[in-house]
Amino acid sequence: MNKADLIRAEEKKTPKRTIDVVRAGLAKRYRAEGRFKLYGLGAIIISLLCLAILFISIVGKGYPAFQQTFIQLEVFFDPAVLGQENLSSANFPGLVKKTLRNMFPDVKGRSDKRALYQLVSTGAAFQLREMILKDPGLVGKTVSVWVPADDDVDMLMKGHFDRKMSESGGRLNNKQLAWIDELSRQGKIEKRFNTIFFTSGDSREPELAGIGGAASGTVLTLVVTLILSFPIGVAAAVYLEEFASKNRWTDLIEVNVNNLAAVPSIVFGLLGLGVFLNFFGLPRSAPLVGGLVLTLMTLPIIIIASRAALQSVPPSIREGALGVGASKMQMVMHHVLPLALPGMLTGTIIGMARALGETAPLLMIGMVAFIVDIPTGFTDPSTVLPVQIYLWADSPERAFVERTSAAIIVLLAFLIIMNAAAIILRKKFERRW
Amino acid sequence: MAKKTVLLATALVFIFVVSTGVVNAQSARDYISIVGSSTVYPFATVVAEQFGKTTRYKTPKIESTGSGGGLKLFCAGVGVEHPDITNASRRIKKSELEKCQSNGVTEIVEVKIGYDGIVLANSNRAKPMKLSRKDIFLALAKEVPDPKGGEKLVANPYRTWKDVNPSLPNIRIEVLGPPPTSGTRDAFVELAMESGAKKFDWLAALRKKDKKAFKAVAHTLREDGAYIEAGENDNLIVQKLDANPNAVGIFGFSFLDQNTDKIQGSYVDGVQPSFDAIASGDYPLSRPLFFYVKKAHIGVIPGMEGYLAEFTSEKAWGPDGYLADKGMIPMPDAERYKYRADVAKLRVLTALK
Repeated sequence: MNKADLIRAEEKKTPKRTIDVVRAGLAKRYRAEGRFKLYGLGAIIISLLCLAILFISIVGKGYPAFQQTFIQLEVFFDPAVLGQENLSSANFPGLVKKTLRNMFPDVKGRSDKRALYQLVSTGAAFQLREMILKDPGLVGKTVSVWVPADDDVDMLMKGHFDRKMSESGGRLNNKQLAWIDELSRQGKIEKRFNTIFFTSGDSREPELAGIGGAASGTVLTLVVTLILSFPIGVAAAVYLEEFASKNRWTDLIEVNVNNLAAVPSIVFGLLGLGVFLNFFGLPRSAPLVGGLVLTLMTLPIIIIASRAALQSVPPSIREGALGVGASKMQMVMHHVLPLALPGMLTGTIIGMARALGETAPLLMIGMVAFIVDIPTGFTDPSTVLPVQIYLWADSPERAFVERTSAAIIVLLAFLIIMNAAAIILRKKFERRW
Repeated sequence: MAKKTVLLATALVFIFVVSTGVVNAQSARDYISIVGSSTVYPFATVVAEQFGKTTRYKTPKIESTGSGGGLKLFCAGVGVEHPDITNASRRIKKSELEKCQSNGVTEIVEVKIGYDGIVLANSNRAKPMKLSRKDIFLALAKEVPDPKGGEKLVANPYRTWKDVNPSLPNIRIEVLGPPPTSGTRDAFVELAMESGAKKFDWLAALRKKDKKAFKAVAHTLREDGAYIEAGENDNLIVQKLDANPNAVGIFGFSFLDQNTDKIQGSYVDGVQPSFDAIASGDYPLSRPLFFYVKKAHIGVIPGMEGYLAEFTSEKAWGPDGYLADKGMIPMPDAERYKYRADVAKLRVLTALK
């Protein structure tokens, strides 16, 4: 008799006990549990992998944008070129061209000269203009200035262009390549930290474009959003949780608040266009209107988070306060609200982080725009970081590719800081009962 | 109490912010507001930037709303809350002009600024395609004339370029192009598909008899996967072409101009898209670009005359100007002089020819 027959015989003899059934299935259940754990682990690995790919591709593409190629020019502020009476409208591009001709005296012919001028950014003229306006005493002197190189030169220096392509139609021709080699032999061309990227507004020349304007617009917009959405959201949550009686109307409001949190953001943009722009006549492209629209979008998030925070305050605290004779308002202001505030702040920061990344509602109210001047007020035309990313991603110049990624890095850094602040706040002030 | 003060301050700030907004909107605006075509956007922005940096005026604000959207905003009325200028990658339509006039925008100055080429391009690693407009029509239309002959339409049977025209390579038709919301798509169907369809005599006859039916044939692109709508982002199409040498992409000339190390333009009717070929009119797929100015705003919004002068100066739109560096194709000399004179006199557009 083999083993299987023995077991069968055993089974016939005694009635089946539960423990036997359990034991028989045990190995299978362990295997199932192991698989279940693996699925979970797999899900986490896949999401981490996606995150890693995202970060690697964005950082890999974006980090060169934090450097920019500069060319050193020995500029003689020639009074003959500048003229004397009106320095602000003097011929600064002409001055740059003359300086370049002096550096390469053997360049002859119209098209060669044009090619030579293309090495230096058009921003060089603006830079010289600002120097002269700041210090008119420079006229007649020779100064050594580092000016930004053209975006094509920058791309070449960063290795994005294939040198062999140039004759068959690359962006730079062989003569230009030779001049660049000559400059780098003399140490007059080098990559430096790109401060322009952080301080200046948008530009159509990649080497002059920066996120300064967009970042300032983002700050202004978020200030409006915060000033409006935090007090309104908290007040609404306190009323609904502490004062409102439970009836059909409050149920209806609750359902609507929850629904509103799930409304696609573009709808809020349309609402903003209809109400704030067309009815109230507020200006287009203004951070004020952007902030109002984003307030509508973040309000439900803040209300829901604040209500959850209020609900987590134990009833005993309310009863204790009322028991020693506090009024309802004192109970809320002195006891419940301070205890619920960390949770409310966390919800607010997460809501603001969502508002920070929004473009769709701003599309309708004219914030998707080319804006060079850095906004300083709530009604100045402005744009925001995600919109700036969108606009750059659509630009034909190759150098905008890395600037797009660099702007994404800055945006992600903002988001991480905000989310980290939310976590730290929660950890620091969290109370468990 | 401190909390009361905070609440009060918040309320005050809100009222202040909103009221300044309203006041600002109703009093003068000190910058030019421009809306319109995403095709003209890269050119108008360069002019705006130059203008802002070299004059004492603020840099104009330019929104990229599309030609149709821009004209709608532009025609909404006269007053500082409405845009001063709209860019368009096509001429204003009769219906739009009427809409403008009914809203009180009666004096519009039309400025033609140059041309933009629409290119078909593929990766440098493949051979350049030599297409005719008829080939393009046959390869991309949803319904084409029966290849067996006769005057009837059948669902597009062509799988490879070789099926369309035996001289073309034996690779699957795979074209990445703009979606219907794009102005580039409008121009492409008009310039390439319509003239390709007209090569068939009976379709040309149909056009004379029933314009709508003809447009339905020529303007409908196939939906069986041979034509892929790649979204509005032309950089994305360039990247996809670089990855897939068998695919052909459709986009504006400036994207070809900036990426000549990766992609090459396809010949259309024997002409390869180049700066000179488009400027001379030899290359068939090119369209004019315009902007429209509200005359009532000139003198009200500071800097309008200066912006117009900057845009129509030789250093901007001339053959050696900075717009040409950005990929815009300049107009011939005579046309440039005519439009510059019109702008100087602020000649008003009265009716469309």
